[in-house]
Amino acid sequence: MDFLNTLMTQSFLQNALLGGILASIGCGLTGSFVVVNRIGYMAGGIAHSVLGGMGIAYYLSYDPFIAAIISALLAAVIIGIIKLKWRHQEDTAIGAIWAVGMAIGIIFISKSDGYNVNLMSFLFGNILIISREQLYIMLFMDLITLAFVVLFYKQLIAISFDIEFATVRGVHVNLFYLLLLCLVAITVVLLIQVVGLILVIALLTLPAAIARQYVQSIGAMMLLAVLLGSLFTSSGLYLSYEPDLPAGATIILVAGVVYLLSSLFKSLVASRR
Amino acid sequence: MNNTPAIEIRDLNFSFNDLPILENINMTIEFGDFAGLVGPNGGGKTTLLKLIMGLYKTQSGTIRLFGQSIKKHRKRIGYVPQYANFNSDFPISVLDTVLQGRLGITRSFVGYGRKDREIAHKVMQETEIQHLAHRSIQALSGGQLQRVLVTRALATEPEILLLDEPTANIDQRSEKDIFDLFKDINQRMTILIISHDIGFVSDYINRVFCLNKTLVCHDASPVTSDTIHALYGDHVSEIHHLHSR
Repeated sequence: MDFLNTLMTQSFLQNALLGGILASIGCGLTGSFVVVNRIGYMAGGIAHSVLGGMGIAYYLSYDPFIAAIISALLAAVIIGIIKLKWRHQEDTAIGAIWAVGMAIGIIFISKSDGYNVNLMSFLFGNILIISREQLYIMLFMDLITLAFVVLFYKQLIAISFDIEFATVRGVHVNLFYLLLLCLVAITVVLLIQVVGLILVIALLTLPAAIARQYVQSIGAMMLLAVLLGSLFTSSGLYLSYEPDLPAGATIILVAGVVYLLSSLFKSLVASRR
Repeated sequence: MNNTPAIEIRDLNFSFNDLPILENINMTIEFGDFAGLVGPNGGGKTTLLKLIMGLYKTQSGTIRLFGQSIKKHRKRIGYVPQYANFNSDFPISVLDTVLQGRLGITRSFVGYGRKDREIAHKVMQETEIQHLAHRSIQALSGGQLQRVLVTRALATEPEILLLDEPTANIDQRSEKDIFDLFKDINQRMTILIISHDIGFVSDYINRVFCLNKTLVCHDASPVTSDTIHALYGDHVSEIHHLHSR
């Protein structure tokens, strides 16, 4: 009951709950495309290299949030071009960007004050300190994501489903592929505040992956993934509150356990048939 | 109709990383042809098809569609990819798959319009898959999915239909049904079909190209046992007789 009482009276917990839900909207929309395109590794590269931009901004006392957006978009474009133009070395190159981005970030953060506290909150998130202003920014980013997905739904589906057919039909597949990765970049930044950049990939992919086990269209997958994401962030927040566990890690554990149970359930059903 | 060929290929060579795939290809497919491209696996059939659609860039030689560049006319192509390589695990309904044929032609900026849906339903009726419209493609049999891919290509209202092994992994009765369908479709468009089964397609096509890196035979030249040898080598020539009818 302590959680509910605090929720009624304290704005930090209300903000945290709302932040989790706003993050879930972005992760459900974008995560569905990440799952069907199997680009979790590329999303991981984008997420981790963001630390480079955040570290530099932190060292220079600029806003790390803006830096996160810029570096995420930059990483998305670089990784996208590697994927499109340099296929043979794709995984090595993405792994290099992943690690180099983090290395840059750690060097700059180590030369700044408050090394541990801030590094930990970049890496693992801190949902309990989300401000009202950040909520508005998250809402704005959700709206951008939603508008993009609605406007270009058919192109995004087409490049995910059969990129050669889409090319012959005159869809600008490379452009939409890069835009999809930019969408991943925006969503990653949206999620960093909630679960941190190390755990981002789990929240981006697990709700959508669970949703995929039960529905037959991308649209339904998105809707269910948003609901599941909201459920995971809210229940993770609740479970972590009283024992004073890290909220981000608890959220990911909840999502991971549900994914495991759902997969077991699905394979059981399949083997009974 | 004019005399410009639907597809015209001159002196085409193509290689992947210095490994020659196609050498010295010259072929002409006229309006209304039902052409077959046959040959062994790895002989370059799919590569040639992808070159015709501009999915790979030509390195030397030219490919013209309706006498002009590929880029200008490739929207007039309906493409049916090889079923075996297809992402049949994707969460999408049959109707939504067929509607993708309207990409690049639809007048709607967002999604598809009523006219697109009408055309989708019309072609689904023609290929007899209308009862599957709301089924997920994951739940289809090989033959049904093959029909869906053909239907998607027809939804583009193409003038040339390119099919890559449309009957691989399909039982013989469905294979005959699907070829009878192609025969009807051929009344209104040019067809180029890839097959590894030279005997079966010869009942339907009016022009054959045998490809094994280079064209071993073409046009209506009779397929002799020498051609078969050149195409497949000695060891398959006898098995071939079992397939032919």
